[in-house]
Amino acid sequence: MASRHVTKRAKYKTTIKDPGTPGTLRLTLEKILFVPHNPKSAGKLDVEFRFIKGQKHTKEGSNKPPWLNLTNNQNGSFIFEFENYSDLQYCRDFVGKVLAKSGEVSEKPTVTYPDEQLSAAEMELRIKLLQEDSELQKLHKQFVLSDVLTEAEFWATRKKLLDTEANKKTKQRLGFKSAMISDIRPSTDGRTNKVTFNLTPEIILQIFAEKPAVHRAFLSYVPNKMSEKVFWTKYFRAEYLHSTKNSIAAAAEAAEDEELAVFLKLDDILASEARWKIRRVDPTLDMEADEGDDYTHLPDHGIFRDGSKDMTESQNELYRRTLSQDINRHAAVVLEGRAVDVDLDDTRAVAEALAWSKQESSTKRESDGDTNQERLARVSRMTEIEDLQGPNNLPSAPLCIKDPRDYFDSQQANALRTSGDALGRTEQIKCSLSTQEVYGSLRQSISVIKAMGLKDPIVKPEVAHQVFDALTNSISTTKYHIGKNPHESVLDRLPKKTKDELLHHWTSILELLKHFWASYPITTSYLYTKVNRLKDAISNIYPQLEEIKGSVPSELRHQVSLLVHPMLQALDAAIQHYEADMQKRSTGSVDKPNGYV
Amino acid sequence: MKFQIEDVTVYFPYDHIYPEQYSYMIELKRALDAKGHCLLEMPTGTGKTIALLSLITSYSLSKPQSPIKLIYCTRTVHEMEKTLAELKLLHNYQIKHLGPQARILAIGLSSRKNLCVNPTVLAAENRDSVDAGCRKLTASWVRAMAAENPNVPTCQFFENYEKAASAAVLPPGVYTLQDLRAFGKEKGWCPYFLARHMVQFANVVVYSYQYLLDPKVAGIISKEMQKESVVIFDEAHNIDNVCIEALSVSVRRQTLEGATRNLNRISHEIDRFKATDASRLRAEYNRLVEGLALRGNLPITDNWLSNPALPDDILKEAVPGNIRRAEHFLHVLRRLVQYLRGRLETENVEKESPVGFVASISSHAGIDQKALKFCYDRLHSLMLTLEITDTDEFLHIQTICDFATLVGTYGRGFSIIIEPFDERMPHIPDPVLQLSCHDASLAIKPVFDRFQSVVITSGTLSPIDLYPRLLNFHPVVSRSFTMSLTRDCICPMVLTRGSDQLPVSTKFDMRSDPGVVRNYGKLLLEMVSVVPDGIVCFFVSYSYMDGIINTWNDTGILKEIMQHKLVFIETQDVVETTLALDNYRRACDCGRGAVFFSVARGKVAEGIDFDRHYGRLVIMFGVPFQYTLSKILMARLEYLRDTFQIKEGDFLTFDALRQAAQCVGRVIRSKADYGMMIFADKRYSRHDKRSKLPSWILSHLRDANLNLSTDMALHIAREFLRKMAQPYDKTGGGDRKTLLSQEDLEKMGDGTMHEMEY
Repeated sequence: MASRHVTKRAKYKTTIKDPGTPGTLRLTLEKILFVPHNPKSAGKLDVEFRFIKGQKHTKEGSNKPPWLNLTNNQNGSFIFEFENYSDLQYCRDFVGKVLAKSGEVSEKPTVTYPDEQLSAAEMELRIKLLQEDSELQKLHKQFVLSDVLTEAEFWATRKKLLDTEANKKTKQRLGFKSAMISDIRPSTDGRTNKVTFNLTPEIILQIFAEKPAVHRAFLSYVPNKMSEKVFWTKYFRAEYLHSTKNSIAAAAEAAEDEELAVFLKLDDILASEARWKIRRVDPTLDMEADEGDDYTHLPDHGIFRDGSKDMTESQNELYRRTLSQDINRHAAVVLEGRAVDVDLDDTRAVAEALAWSKQESSTKRESDGDTNQERLARVSRMTEIEDLQGPNNLPSAPLCIKDPRDYFDSQQANALRTSGDALGRTEQIKCSLSTQEVYGSLRQSISVIKAMGLKDPIVKPEVAHQVFDALTNSISTTKYHIGKNPHESVLDRLPKKTKDELLHHWTSILELLKHFWASYPITTSYLYTKVNRLKDAISNIYPQLEEIKGSVPSELRHQVSLLVHPMLQALDAAIQHYEADMQKRSTGSVDKPNGYV
Repeated sequence: MKFQIEDVTVYFPYDHIYPEQYSYMIELKRALDAKGHCLLEMPTGTGKTIALLSLITSYSLSKPQSPIKLIYCTRTVHEMEKTLAELKLLHNYQIKHLGPQARILAIGLSSRKNLCVNPTVLAAENRDSVDAGCRKLTASWVRAMAAENPNVPTCQFFENYEKAASAAVLPPGVYTLQDLRAFGKEKGWCPYFLARHMVQFANVVVYSYQYLLDPKVAGIISKEMQKESVVIFDEAHNIDNVCIEALSVSVRRQTLEGATRNLNRISHEIDRFKATDASRLRAEYNRLVEGLALRGNLPITDNWLSNPALPDDILKEAVPGNIRRAEHFLHVLRRLVQYLRGRLETENVEKESPVGFVASISSHAGIDQKALKFCYDRLHSLMLTLEITDTDEFLHIQTICDFATLVGTYGRGFSIIIEPFDERMPHIPDPVLQLSCHDASLAIKPVFDRFQSVVITSGTLSPIDLYPRLLNFHPVVSRSFTMSLTRDCICPMVLTRGSDQLPVSTKFDMRSDPGVVRNYGKLLLEMVSVVPDGIVCFFVSYSYMDGIINTWNDTGILKEIMQHKLVFIETQDVVETTLALDNYRRACDCGRGAVFFSVARGKVAEGIDFDRHYGRLVIMFGVPFQYTLSKILMARLEYLRDTFQIKEGDFLTFDALRQAAQCVGRVIRSKADYGMMIFADKRYSRHDKRSKLPSWILSHLRDANLNLSTDMALHIAREFLRKMAQPYDKTGGGDRKTLLSQEDLEKMGDGTMHEMEY
C-alpha cells in the first residue's frame, strides 16, 4: 500500500440532506477520524474500520457533488462530501484497499438479528460458504450490504447450502487433465532452432505420476547431480527421440548418456507395479491367466503366419515405447486421480509429496486383505442375470451437478438438434385449463392412487419424455445459439468482462425476482416494505443493463441485446405486477380474504 | 424356481426364466435323452450358461442311478471363472432346496502357472518355466534323490499331498482356481496335482478347449474321462479354428537353432550317462525292443506334454530298430534338422503335401515314415531316461519331433507351406515352414467318438448347417433360437458414409485414405459425446488400429475424444491389456466413462464381455476379413472347396461376419440391458454380407438403418438412448411374455409348450 494514511478536507454529513460539517478526514489502516474545523460542532467522528462494511460514492459527471458513503454494520452510514472528485477517488481507493485487506472480516455477517440467533458454528459456515463461492459472495455483497435484502432473507433461500449434513459430503476433488502430456507442444521463436517448453507444476506432477522412473530420477539427480533445468532439457530430448520413432537412434544416444537412458528405457517401476496389479485383477477378465493355460500356442505350435497375427520388430525392444502404452498409462493415472494435495509451487515439493503418498499406498496395499473378498463378491454379483432376479439394491451416488450452467450449455446442443421435430408438439401442450378442470383432474388422480397405490413408473414414460423434450427445447431457445460448434455458446464469443457482467446480472436478477415473487401475496407489512425495497433495486438494474448494451462493440450488440431481452422481460413482468398490485391496493378492494393488510 | 421338464425337475436359481432359456433346456434334454450330439445357437445375453448348467445338473440329480459327468469347455480361463461363478450360484440354490443330496464336486482345471502355490516356482515368468520349475522339484528321480540326500530341494506342497495319499480329497463344492489355491494353501497340499487327481471324481469339470481338443494336453489330462459324460463347448463359433491349430506346427530358424542346441545337450548327457550309468540306457533299449515307447504308468509328475497325434492314430507297436539306440536316434534328429534347414533356405513360397514331403525326407535324409512317426515318443522316452527336468529348455527339439510325428502320421487334410518372408514385410527375411491342418474334424473326432453327448453352443453359429459339415458329425438336435425381447434393447446400424457423406470402408484400397480415417474419427468423436459410460471399438487388425490411433493422435481427434472419455487400448502384451481392461471397467463403474480400442480377432474380442454400462455402444470399424493373401488360408480354402464344396468367398464372408457378430454381441447380458452396434463399413449394406449375420441381429436391423451417415447415426443413437432410459414393464405383458415365472410354466404344461417356440 502506497501510504498508510490519507488526510483530506471534507464535509461530514449524517444524512444526504444534511448540509454537513466542514472538517478534516483522516483515514488510517485501522480508523476513520473526522475532526471538524469548528471544535465546538458535534460532528467529531472516530470509527474503527472493522465496523465498516462497504462504501458507495457518486460518480464523476453526475450532477451530484463528490460524496463518499461509508456504511457500517449497524446499517448506519457516514457521508463525506469532498472538495473535488480527485480527493474522493483517492479516499475511495484507500478505503477500498483497507476493506479488501480486511475483506473477510468485513464480509462477515457479524451482526445478529433479533429474529435469528446464530450460533458461532452457523456463522462460520456462512463465512466459509461465502469465501468458497465468489459468485455468492458477490451477491451477498450486492444485496445484503446494500440493504436490499436482510441477512436472514438472503440465507433463507439457501437453506440447502446451510444444511450441515449435506455439507459433510466429500467435496469433488480436482483430477488430472484429460489431455496427454505428450500434447505439451514447444513454442519456437521462429528464428533459431531453439524450442521452449513451458512447464507448470501441474504438468510436472502429471509427468511424475505417469512416469515413475522420471520421478525417481528427479529425486535422485536434482539438485545434487544436475540442475532442474538440465534435468528437464534431458527429459524433452528423450521425448523428442521417442517421438521420432527411431529406436536405433534412441538406443545409440542412450548408450552414450546414461541419464538420458533413464528416460528412454521402459519404465521398470511400471513393470513391477503391473506385476502386483495383475494379481488383484478381476479373475473374469484375467487374460494373463489364460495365456498361462494355453498349450496349443507353445512356441511354434499352432498356426504361425495366417495373417491374423501382426509382426513386430523385435530389435531394440528396450527403447520401444508405443503410443498405446502411453495412452493406457495416461488413462490409468487420470482414473486413479491425484494422490497429492499440495500447493503446486515447487517442483521438489511436488516430487516429494508424490513419493510420500506412494509409500503410503504401498503400505496400505500390503495390509489390505479384504480386497480379495470384495472382488469375489463383485464377481458373484456380476454373474447374476439382473432381470430374472428381484431388484438388487445397488449403492447409488447422488447426482451432483457442480455448475448447472456447464450442464445446460452441453445440453443445449442436444436440444437444438432435436428441436426440429419437437417444436410442433410444444404448441399443443400449451392448452389452458379452467380451475374446475384442474381440480377435477387432481381429484381423479388422487383417487386413483388411493385405490391402486403408486404405480411403478409414477409418471407415464411418454409423458415424461414429452416434458423432458419440451424442457430441453425451451432451454435451448432461451439462449440464442449460433456458430458451427455446438459446444460453443454465444457467451463465449463475448469479451470476458461483458460475459461476466451479464452472468452476474442474471444471477442477481434471479435472486431479486426470487425474493420478489416469493413475497406475494403481500400479507404483512414486513413483506410490503420488502417488496418496495426489491422494486427499487429492480428499477436500478435497468440503466445498468442499458450500459452493458452500450459498452459492447456494435457487431456483438445484437447478440447482447438478445441475451438481455429475457432479463428485461422478467423484470418488466415483476414491475407490472407490482404496479397492478399497488393500484389494486390503492383502489381499496372490498374483499380482503385472508388477513390482507 | 423349480419346474418340470418331462421327467426331470429342473432347479433354476432365479425367480423368472426367459422363454428361450426354457425351450433351450427342452432341446438340450432331448439330446441328452437320445445320447447324441447337438448344436444350439442362442443369442448372447440370454443366459445360455446358466440354462445349460441348471438343466444338466438337474438331469444328473434326477437320475441318481446313472449319474452323468459334465465336462464344460471354455475358450479362456476368465470364461472358466465366470462359468464357475454361475455354477456356484446354482449350487447354493440347489443345496438350499434339495439339501445335502444336491452336493456335487465341481472344479476348474488350469495349468501349474495358474494353480501353483509354491512361491519359488511361481516366481518364474512364463508358463513353461513354471512347469519346468515344478518338475525340478517333483520329478520321480528328483524325489528319489531327495530321499537319500536331504539337501536336494523338493516341493513341500507336493510332498504333503503325497503323504496324505488317499486322504487328499476335495470335499464337495464348487471350486474356482482361486478357491483351489486357497484350499491348497490351507491344507498344505499342492492344488495342481490335487485338482488333476480330483478330475476323475468330479461331477463337473470346467477347463479349456485344448484339454480335450489338443492331443498334446488331452493325452495326459482327459485320458480317463468316462463315456457317460456330457461335453459342452461354449462360445464354440471358433471351434474349427481351435481344432486346426491344435494339429498345426511351424518351424522357424530359431526353432532349428534351438533344436541344434538341444541336441548337443542331449548328446552331452548321453555321453555322461554312458560313462557313469550305462545300464540305464541299456534298460531303455531293452524296453524299446520289447514294445512300447513308454512305460505304462508314469508317476503323475513325470508326465510331459503328450503325443501330438490323435490317440487312435498312435501306433501301438515296437519302436523301429533304427532309432532304438539313443545315439542313432540323435543322428536321425540331426539329419532331420539339417534337412529342414535346407528346406528353409528357399526363395519362393513352396507348398507340398505331407506324402510328398515324407518321400522327400526319406530320399534326402534317409528317414523313413515310420521312424518319423515315432519321433515324439522316442524323444519323450529318451528325456525321461536322461532324467531331464528343465523341459522348458527343450521346447525346440520337442517342436521338431511334434512336426515329424504329425507329418509321418497324417497323409491327408494337411499341407506343408514354406514361406521365405512375411508377405506384408518382404524386406525382412523370416523363413517359416508350416505344417498346417485344414480339416477341423480330425481333432474333434475322438471327442465325438468317446463321449455320449457333445453340445456345441454359441451366440453365433450361423449358418448352423455349416458346422456339422466342417466338424463332420451328425447332431440329433440342431436349433437356432431367437431372442424374445421385451423392448428393442439392441440397435444395430450400418454406417456407410462419414460426416462428409463419402463412403467409409476398410477395403484394401480405401483403408489408408485419410478421408476414411478422419470420418471414422469423427464418428467416434460424435458418439463419445452422446453415449454414456463405456464404448468399445473393434478394428480389423493391430496394425490398422495402431495406424489409425497414430493418425488420430496427430490430427488432434484423439485429444478431443479424451475430453469426453478415457481411452484404453488393447496391446499385444496380455498383462498390459488385462490392466487396461480392469481400468476400463473401473472407469465405467465410477461414471467417468471410457472407450476401449480392441482388435476383432484379438484376445479381448474372444471372451471379454462388455455388458451393461461396460458397453453401451460397439463400433466395428470395417469388416474383419482374414488376411486373404495368407498362403495357409488359401490352402485351407482350397481344401474346403475340394472336400466340402464350400466356395472360397462364402467361407471368407462367413468367417468375417461371425467375428463381427461375436464382437458386437458382447454388449448384451440380459433383457434389462441395452446397447447399440454400429457396423461402420459400406460393405455391410450389401445383402450377401449382411445376410450372414445371426438372425437375432438381423431381426433388429431395420431397413432405415441400413445406409446411414454419421449425422443420421448420431440422431438414431440419441433417440435410442432416450427411449432406453424410460422405465418399462419387465415381463413384457400381454400374450407374448418375455419373462416367465414358476406359475406361468406350470400353467403352460406340455400342451402349450410348443407354441412357445418360435
